[in-house]
Amino acid sequence: MRITTARRIAQAFFFALFVWLCVVATVGTRLWQWRGWPIRWFLELDPLVAIGTALTTRSLFPALFWALATIALTILLGRVFCGWVCPLGSIHHFVGWLAWRSRPLKRRIEGNRYHRAQAVKYCLLAALLAAAVLPVGRMMLASLQTGLLDPIPLVNRSFNLAVLSIADLATGKWTGAGRFYSGAGLVGAVFLALVLLNVAVPRFYCRFICPLGALLGIIGRGAPWAIGARRAKCTECGVCDLNCEGACNPMGPIRLSECLMCMNCMDDCPSGEPIGYGPRPSPSGEITSPGMSRREFVVSVAAGLAVAPLARLGGATAGDWPAGMIRPPGAVAEEEFLARCVKCSECVRVCPTNVLQPAGLSWGWEALWTPALNNRIGTSGCQANCIACGHACPTGAIRPLTLDEKLGRGDFEPAGPIRIGLAYVDRGRCLPWAMERPCIVCEETCPVSPKAIHLEEAEQTTREGATVRLQRPVVDPARCTGCGVCEHECPMSGLRAIRVTADNETRDRSHAVLLHHEHQ
Amino acid sequence: MNPPGTGPEPVATRREFFLRGLRAGAAVAATGGLAAWLWNRHPPGDFGRAQASDPRKDFSVRSAGPRIAIATGRDRAAMLRRALAAVGGIERFIARGDRVMLKVNAAFATPAILGATTHPDLVAELARLCRAAGAESVIVTDNPINAPESCFELTGIGAAARAAGADVFVPRPGSFRAGTLPGGRLIRDWPVLEEPFAGITKLIGVAPVKGHQRAGASMTIKNWYGLLGGRRNQFHQDIDGIIVELAMLVRPTLVVLDGTDSMMTNGPTGGSLADLKATNTLIVTTDPVAADACGATLLGKSFRDLPYLVRAGELGLGTTDFESLHPARVPAQAS
Repeated sequence: MRITTARRIAQAFFFALFVWLCVVATVGTRLWQWRGWPIRWFLELDPLVAIGTALTTRSLFPALFWALATIALTILLGRVFCGWVCPLGSIHHFVGWLAWRSRPLKRRIEGNRYHRAQAVKYCLLAALLAAAVLPVGRMMLASLQTGLLDPIPLVNRSFNLAVLSIADLATGKWTGAGRFYSGAGLVGAVFLALVLLNVAVPRFYCRFICPLGALLGIIGRGAPWAIGARRAKCTECGVCDLNCEGACNPMGPIRLSECLMCMNCMDDCPSGEPIGYGPRPSPSGEITSPGMSRREFVVSVAAGLAVAPLARLGGATAGDWPAGMIRPPGAVAEEEFLARCVKCSECVRVCPTNVLQPAGLSWGWEALWTPALNNRIGTSGCQANCIACGHACPTGAIRPLTLDEKLGRGDFEPAGPIRIGLAYVDRGRCLPWAMERPCIVCEETCPVSPKAIHLEEAEQTTREGATVRLQRPVVDPARCTGCGVCEHECPMSGLRAIRVTADNETRDRSHAVLLHHEHQ
Repeated sequence: MNPPGTGPEPVATRREFFLRGLRAGAAVAATGGLAAWLWNRHPPGDFGRAQASDPRKDFSVRSAGPRIAIATGRDRAAMLRRALAAVGGIERFIARGDRVMLKVNAAFATPAILGATTHPDLVAELARLCRAAGAESVIVTDNPINAPESCFELTGIGAAARAAGADVFVPRPGSFRAGTLPGGRLIRDWPVLEEPFAGITKLIGVAPVKGHQRAGASMTIKNWYGLLGGRRNQFHQDIDGIIVELAMLVRPTLVVLDGTDSMMTNGPTGGSLADLKATNTLIVTTDPVAADACGATLLGKSFRDLPYLVRAGELGLGTTDFESLHPARVPAQAS
């Protein structure tokens, strides 16, 4: 079997596995549902997730140990991950091949020549890691923005929020009910644009943008085994560039940090002999430098260092914290959350009610595509007996809770249940408060026991002179967990008459409404 | 670099591959070691959760015993001197080399004449007396409600302190440390002023007598509220509880309660001279509970009207029966 056939099989396998792990990220016990599938495995394999969170938190979340395998593979064999494993890479590979296969050979060869702009991805990597390095909190916490461009979170987000959602809308079968994601349009548009850019330049994203590719290029450029070319028997036909995925100049001197190990050059070389793969430096020369100038590096790092402080100037992590941004149960306090979340949307996809949503830009661009609840979307609020999101999170931005901890049972009884917010009755919109009509749907559906909503009895004379007995809902802040079921069920389908804000959330003591002991 | 097709081709040597392999192996091992070292060193949720310390501040001078003096008059500085003399002289409390903190009430950025804050004359005289008694340094501080710098300047406290050789400390967010008060229900893992207390050996509270809509009165014990940081306004849900805990939190060297004018209405902010009444009294004591019980009478109340004071007395944090301390009454003409 040819090595490129093996590569295609690997790409197909990993891509299919990736799609499968997206599909099964659905809470349930059927074969095509979660039931133990390692749904976050690709995210765990991603060294940029591991290194990024390690920089911001000075700690490695246990699940991310898998990234070591990728790093070791890359140190020994180069960017095999990019050429053989990465699902986004495979999409680009396939679309690029589709778009370019019938173009003239000369243009294809030219299109695969190394371009100076391939250094841009190293600049992006330097900036993203610099943003993650500067402490902005009391401890070592900075802004982790790698997820915006990191291919694994990017493709994960794009498939889970856009591609599969469209499949859901079309078939209604994938998750059993149509799912909506605020801002999914933007996620999908970015994905579509990146995919279509392959028409202009094959592997546009991989060559110019991908910060993970840049990281692996730097890690893997000294690999003991590599592609090499012998010029002595070379006719300089240029065919090795014809299908070169990395635009790494395999004829030599080869740019090792650009080579995706696609092996097309070896396969395409007409005489078969000049290009080979082995444990030796390329006879026609090697370039190990990523091609980024010192000045470019310094500028990138300086720009990156400014990201976190500039983002925090708005005060969204201080006094002006967004009350409408309700983080899922188990989410850590906001500064640490922003140091851990890679915007992969795994939690959003796994949420069985669809209440968990990717944030847009309204809570600051640092929070873009991080998870927050929207009680108007989905089948219900945050379910009392569900802890799926924390177990889907690859980085610990949402802690993996036990049901006991979430509900404040057993060992966690003294601490009380995890609160994600507090419901407020809008007495100007509530039927029994404002419009002399009975309702109490919120009280009936409140899942907390004893209920966090109790009823105030009132008798009122209507304009017709009739007497109505009304029960008016009142929220008990010591019991309310902010789950949002009441808000979801409130019959005021426009602006609800009972709404949850993140006040009183457990994760930040300074957001408390009540005194410490009242929750115990 | 040779141009294409020319020059000798380098031949891979065993040594070269060995070196490359060694480098790669070392890199893998180093990465593994680093990862093992970083393995969940900070589990999620672990950040910023500093261990809460014991925030109690005890600067009482036991040997001095419980003492109280009640001066009458209009001249605050003179009343202070006479009252201090009546409790045994400032030397009984301030020794050579002491570093003294004056915890004033600088809550509002309003002029001294409105009586919402500690009077600058009192700050100046107290700082001067401390220095004269040999104090090495005097620090004046509070964590006010209004803009801190404005509070110290507009009340006149800042200028008065500096003129008397004292320093003003304006707290920053980093000046507080999370503390859990032993036996407390409210002050748990709560930011308490810590930074200016470094090296302090004596603490004197200086507060005006004010009515308070929520607590009934704001006098020497409520004045310790200014040692709390964070979103302390949530404590208004249990104002009596927090004032009792403040009495547990702080044991001062002395307190000075200024009832030259008392704020009878619209306390604690006031805003009008019409809110004030001349009550012509100044109290100096080692016991803040006794001070507040005595001050309550200036507001036309008894300690029984102030639930926090009743509870503080029951807990033995001081005595509400200030007469039992045999107050030294110093009339105006004595000077």
